[in-house]
Amino acid sequence: MRQGLARAFGGVAIAALLVGAAACNSSNKTTTGGASSGSTCGYKIAYFGALTGSSANLGVNIEQGAELAVVQYNAKHGKDCITMQKFDSQGDPAVAPGLARSLVTDAKIIGVVGPPFSGESEAADPIFNDAGIPTITPSATRVSLSTHGWKIFHRAVANDGSQGPAAAAYIKNVLKADKVFVGDDQSAYGAGLADAVKGALGSAVVVGTDKTSADGRQPGNDFSGFVQKVIASGATALFYGGYYQNAGLIRKQLTAKGWKGTLVAGDGVDDPGFAAAAGNDAAAGSYVSCPCSPASKAGGSFVADYKAQWNTDAGTYSDVAYDAANMFLKGLDAGNTTPDKMNTFLSTIQYTGVANTYKFTSVGELDPTYIKVWMFKFGADGKPVPDQEAPKS
Amino acid sequence: MHISGLIDNFGPLTMTGLAQGAIYALFALGYTLVYGVLRLINFAHSEVFMMGTFAALQTWGVLGLNPNSPAPTFGRMLGFLAAGLVAAIIASGLTALAVELVAYRPLRRRNAPPLAFLITAIGASLTISEGIGVITKHNLHGGPTLIKEEPVLTIGNTAISNLQLLLILLALVMMFFLDRFINKTRLGRGVRAVAQNSDSAALMGVNKNRVISLVFLLGGLMAGVAAVMYMLKIGDTRYDTGFTLGIEAFTAAVLGGIGNLRGALLGGLLLGVVENYGAGLFGTQWHTVVAFVLLVGILLFRPTGLLGESLGRARA
Amino acid sequence: MTTTGTEHASAPGREDAYQHRGLKRLTGRIAARMDRLRRWYRGLPWPQRALVLLLVAVAAYLLPYVGDIPLIGPQIVTVHTDWPSALFRMSYFVLLALGLNVVVGYAGLLDLGYVGFFAVGAYTVALLTSPDSVFGTKWVWLAAVPVAVAVAMVSGLILGWPTLRLRGDYLAIVTLGFAEIIRITADSTPGFLRGDRGFGGIPHPPGRNSDGTALFGVRDATPYFWLGLSVVILVILAVRNLDHSRVGRSWLAVREDEEAAEIMGVRTVKFKLWAFAIGAFVGGLGGVMFAGYQGFMNSSAFVLQFSILILAGVVMGGAGNMPGAILGGALVSYIPDRLTGINDPLFHNDLAQWRFLIFGVAIIVIMVFRPQGLIPSRRRAMELKDRAKEVAP
Repeated sequence: MRQGLARAFGGVAIAALLVGAAACNSSNKTTTGGASSGSTCGYKIAYFGALTGSSANLGVNIEQGAELAVVQYNAKHGKDCITMQKFDSQGDPAVAPGLARSLVTDAKIIGVVGPPFSGESEAADPIFNDAGIPTITPSATRVSLSTHGWKIFHRAVANDGSQGPAAAAYIKNVLKADKVFVGDDQSAYGAGLADAVKGALGSAVVVGTDKTSADGRQPGNDFSGFVQKVIASGATALFYGGYYQNAGLIRKQLTAKGWKGTLVAGDGVDDPGFAAAAGNDAAAGSYVSCPCSPASKAGGSFVADYKAQWNTDAGTYSDVAYDAANMFLKGLDAGNTTPDKMNTFLSTIQYTGVANTYKFTSVGELDPTYIKVWMFKFGADGKPVPDQEAPKS
Repeated sequence: MHISGLIDNFGPLTMTGLAQGAIYALFALGYTLVYGVLRLINFAHSEVFMMGTFAALQTWGVLGLNPNSPAPTFGRMLGFLAAGLVAAIIASGLTALAVELVAYRPLRRRNAPPLAFLITAIGASLTISEGIGVITKHNLHGGPTLIKEEPVLTIGNTAISNLQLLLILLALVMMFFLDRFINKTRLGRGVRAVAQNSDSAALMGVNKNRVISLVFLLGGLMAGVAAVMYMLKIGDTRYDTGFTLGIEAFTAAVLGGIGNLRGALLGGLLLGVVENYGAGLFGTQWHTVVAFVLLVGILLFRPTGLLGESLGRARA
Repeated sequence: MTTTGTEHASAPGREDAYQHRGLKRLTGRIAARMDRLRRWYRGLPWPQRALVLLLVAVAAYLLPYVGDIPLIGPQIVTVHTDWPSALFRMSYFVLLALGLNVVVGYAGLLDLGYVGFFAVGAYTVALLTSPDSVFGTKWVWLAAVPVAVAVAMVSGLILGWPTLRLRGDYLAIVTLGFAEIIRITADSTPGFLRGDRGFGGIPHPPGRNSDGTALFGVRDATPYFWLGLSVVILVILAVRNLDHSRVGRSWLAVREDEEAAEIMGVRTVKFKLWAFAIGAFVGGLGGVMFAGYQGFMNSSAFVLQFSILILAGVVMGGAGNMPGAILGGALVSYIPDRLTGINDPLFHNDLAQWRFLIFGVAIIVIMVFRPQGLIPSRRRAMELKDRAKEVAP
């Protein structure tokens, strides 16, 4: 009995210790931010998005583009002047909030490049908004993102509202296809884009529609039902809203069944992973749209610099991410060393980078005069090469 | 509901369904064999299949056939096919044996409750798939085209392709041999004895551990063939390829009567066909729902599946 | 007599890893210590037991401050995920584990699709409160809670009723199908359940701080954790009462031998339905809290892997008793979160990629060395000893 009581007292003591530690140390949670107000060093730019996971390629391209800007800045201002802080959300909207919360506790972070995917943007941006940390996304194209009233949201590319009609116009006017099948993977991005294309093409041209499961969720990666429908509809072109893995599998299975039409898709398929999944022969001749200009047309020495730094070619949106990071750095140089000031800076910025000129509307969208949508074509070696700029409407 | 879609495409949908069902059937055999003998849902069987696909892929790569090579001539194709089958069978068989040895045998030795087996199976499945995932960086790996699919027979508006015929034929042949093995050979008798009552079988002189290893090996063998069939048909694989397909195959096994070999064949083919009809009728995205509704419907009327459980009985 | 839980009849002279004397001694010692702790606890008179429980509860409420304890604090808290967010995640995992424990552990019904009830609760809240919802009702979170939980209970009855005739393993596949059907329906009804696009703007739980800001804000997850913990405690008390009543004894009878129970007059149908309903209630409760915390949800939160994870947690922790379920649920959430953000020493990759591999190995190790679970119920431990004696050589 006495032993039990002694243990109980021990428990009380431990609890008291915890309370004491908490009381003493809880004040350390809030950190006052910033280095000395004159210097621009000691700050961080964050990358928030997928670095691992099934669509990681797209995230890695963006992170490397942004980090290149930081590296070049540090070369001029001193090693480790600005740090690139990476937050790997794995592209998962369930992981995003916890990660975003830990990001906002770091007072040195004055801006976020990302999130690259629309789903995780929906989950994380409310947290960034509450904390007032400005974000520039180089690739999240879901239209609804700018309708939530987030004052920190900035989109450096056109959204699906522009990409869809541009792709549709290309299919109708350049490819001159009069029977088009429209499919999507039921993802927020894919379905949204496919709907926009369907609307722009009109019911006279669209001969059939179907939906598949998302990347990795289609049982056995078997799209025979979908393929069957495409062939039976007599379509000469297929628009698929989705990502490169599914698109590649579908293209491969379509070719196996002898379908000779053209596959057109959005920026989620603009990746050599498409040709890896479909095989170069099947992938050749497919078109993808992208609300970005080709990396090879990027100004300055960006292409060479990227290759020198990362030993690989710049990918989709790498140049836009580079510009985004540079916008933050320019803001720092202009003395905007707090997130609030940086946000105000971005709302009035007009910046010409390597990929485009940027000016943001009041809701954070890219100013319509600077929107460009390009079409890319997959060549025989499995790499997408620029074809032409898509007609504006 | 596009009824016209179903009626117009009835033939092609049936053929596609049968070809798909052939893969399900062989894959389901692994589940049904293990369940029949051990009363255990072998969750790790999906990874056995996945290892087979990667083994075939690597073998073809080593032999010079990569995703961008043209389809080989008939003679060379047979050679590649044989090499792929051997590699897949060995890989799948070894994986199945390894899983049994590492995850199940220790639990069997102390007669652990069935729930423990299920969870270890889940652990084994996670370990193998994530292990391959880390090695392949969770990427999709494209495979070569071995057989150029061409229509060989045409009945009405249905073109039956060479690949579909091959898949269905392979499934039937493997099924036939397995059936004969279980029913006519001494080892098969041992399997049936252990399935019926393992302790009595042990008393009668059957080496229980060896029979169980044999059963896992057989399941792995079938999965290896299914893996090559899958690579012929779909041609791409990923670390989690086994997972969704495994659920379908397991559904097929339960549908036909888990523990019943012929049930696995029937269940697999039926599932493939009905899923495709459902896809034609409602849209591709509903085809898994159709499968499960079918399953619940059949289980409501025949709670032990279409053909019942009967590995232990003479009529397998 | 201390129970080691790992004695069995082994063929003389055979040594394999699992009988390795060193390992056996180690696990035996840990098990012996845990069993001694349990017997001490049970030997206490009830006032002291209540005090111990109270201390444990107080310590639990202080968990968000664990990071401030010198030396061991930083080892415990998660690195890249905000610690209170990780704690909240643990709390609803524990809630789900408790609910699944009722179905699987007490009643012995193998449920592989438990996430379905979680989804029903969360989706009901979303449909009633989100501005994106087709209903357009825009209730507050608190008003939606009872409705969501009731709908979840009804869904449990709907699932339970046709499947009661099925034997254990068939029940497993049907429950799996149930969860998958819910997810696929969510994906495929873009107008109703909005698939991957999901519901945004789900309101948070009500409450105001002393300075007027919202108690359940966006950035601090600590209030959510406290709410979750309180709900867990309430559920523990409720389920414990049930378990110690006629209902609990009937579940035990059903689990041990259903036919014998039926013969002895136990209304197995009624009690199995009860189990499903209660499991669904708790699952729905988890979903309700998840929705209120996240503010945004889509169909990718309700994948099958989640069900399997919770089941693994329950069995690893020790099915059939509450401390086991709590430990299992907490571990299953904590281990992957703890591993995120740490770089492995070999390849400098984020350990997050390896986390499920490590987890899978952990499951195998735990189940092989301790198949009755980390904290087995007394009944299970005795069961295991009896079963071990029955092993044929």
